[in-house]
Amino acid sequence: MRNSPPSAPLVTQVAFAAAVTDPDRAVPAGLAAWNGGVPERRFAVYRNNVTVSLMEALGARYPAVRAIVGADFFAAMARLYVAAHPPRSPLMMVYGEDFADFLAGFEPAESLPYLPDIARLEAARSRAYHAADAAPLDPAGLAGLSPEAIAALRLAPHPAFALIRSVHPVVTIWAMNEGEREPGPIEPWEGEDALVTRPHLDVAVHRLPPGAGAFIAALAEGAPLRDAAGHGLAAAPEFDLSAALALVLASGAFTGAIDD
Amino acid sequence: MISSSLPRGPGVGFKPEHFAAIAAAPQPVGFFEVHAENYMGAGGPPHAQLGRLRADYALSIHGVGLSIGSMQPLDREHLSRLRALCERYQPESFSEHLAWSSHDSVFLNDLLPLPYTPATLHHVAGHIDLVQETLGRQMLLENPATYLTFAQSTLEETDFLAELVRRTGCGLLLDINNVFVAATNHHLDARAYLARFPLTAVREIHLSGHSETVDDQGAPLLIDSHDTPVKDPVWALYEEVIARTGPIATLIEWDNDVPEWPVLRAEAEAAGALLAHAARHEQAA
Repeated sequence: MRNSPPSAPLVTQVAFAAAVTDPDRAVPAGLAAWNGGVPERRFAVYRNNVTVSLMEALGARYPAVRAIVGADFFAAMARLYVAAHPPRSPLMMVYGEDFADFLAGFEPAESLPYLPDIARLEAARSRAYHAADAAPLDPAGLAGLSPEAIAALRLAPHPAFALIRSVHPVVTIWAMNEGEREPGPIEPWEGEDALVTRPHLDVAVHRLPPGAGAFIAALAEGAPLRDAAGHGLAAAPEFDLSAALALVLASGAFTGAIDD
Repeated sequence: MISSSLPRGPGVGFKPEHFAAIAAAPQPVGFFEVHAENYMGAGGPPHAQLGRLRADYALSIHGVGLSIGSMQPLDREHLSRLRALCERYQPESFSEHLAWSSHDSVFLNDLLPLPYTPATLHHVAGHIDLVQETLGRQMLLENPATYLTFAQSTLEETDFLAELVRRTGCGLLLDINNVFVAATNHHLDARAYLARFPLTAVREIHLSGHSETVDDQGAPLLIDSHDTPVKDPVWALYEEVIARTGPIATLIEWDNDVPEWPVLRAEAEAAGALLAHAARHEQAA
């Protein structure tokens, strides 16, 4: 069977779509203005709307990355990202999911090796903002459990839960660039793990104490509490199980026990 | 099919930063409008706020991502999301644009223009039929702000819209700022455009601001920027329209450089005063 040739209006849209996303292409034939000539500036309005609106959507999702590199650097970087990674969905809330990976390979920003992890933290925050609502685990429900039952407890992560583990002080850097914390020298410069939660309507970012990242990562993968505690201790000898458990419960990171 | 049924008063495009001010007291608006795509996440503050607004006001869900004017098939997944959103919130109105915004699965995030020909008319009518069938409701279609035209167009925009209404039973969302912007950009008379516009199908009006630049020849080129108060010539056209039609649900749209809530509320009250005047006039006639 022979395919029928594309209709004239479809040909027009193909050419329009190609040129509107590529400033090096000529204005497509067949576009007109009342006063004649090639409507360069008129077509540029659409080009600008498409690219700048996507750059702004990216900036809205990654405000700390933008604050760190500055508005001009961010705009130049976002323009390249938009050209290489146009959205595949009309939902701007999910645009830029892979921005952290793009940053990791972006040579002009390689002097800021923590930038991709900042982006991962910001992406997790926006996912948490839109995540499904769910009641967090009620600590009172654990009160009557035997020590054996507590040790065997496995927990289900809340839909908004995310854990960002970094060799850089990501939570501190993020907080300083989002006005959550006074900017200043970061001493000592060491890795930080971030727990992102949204137990009700407010997204929270918790900087985790030593070992808690490994502990929570194991819990989130479905490990029983006693095994997760082992992971915490293995990661950091000073791991404080009761403090980590208190944080897990208070932060709303989990919704309840997983029944076997 | 559920008909579009917004109250014939003023409304405002909802911005989350205004939520606390809006929720603090009853507001002099009959409805709020939201962009559908901002409420397609699973949960969180957007749905909490929309649920609260919806309890107190009529609701208009306004899509900006369906790409009804595309010559390619509609995105069924997106259509399903729209259906779920309409089922959840039961809005008084659902509207979209005579424009396209996706191509080959790339989303271009702008309302792009299309030529007006019998072939594009046939295609767009098919898309509207599918939307109305899927949602089980009448949709409103908005006239676009455009910056250029197509050599291949053979139909006037107003005739194109009128024929879509006739074929599909859709209603229209008359954006008077878009009329003023497009008329200026194409060196046409906005009043002549409105005289040809199928006003009896209009169920909602949009009012917003625009910015000004020039084209390649130095002629005025207006940009539909939604970042200022409604401008005087747009208010003047609005008064003329509602003098002919009687009151119609009227939305103040302000999407960029969004001011504090009282500024938007004052714009809505200004529209409300003109609507009240049109209502008195209608009763007297």
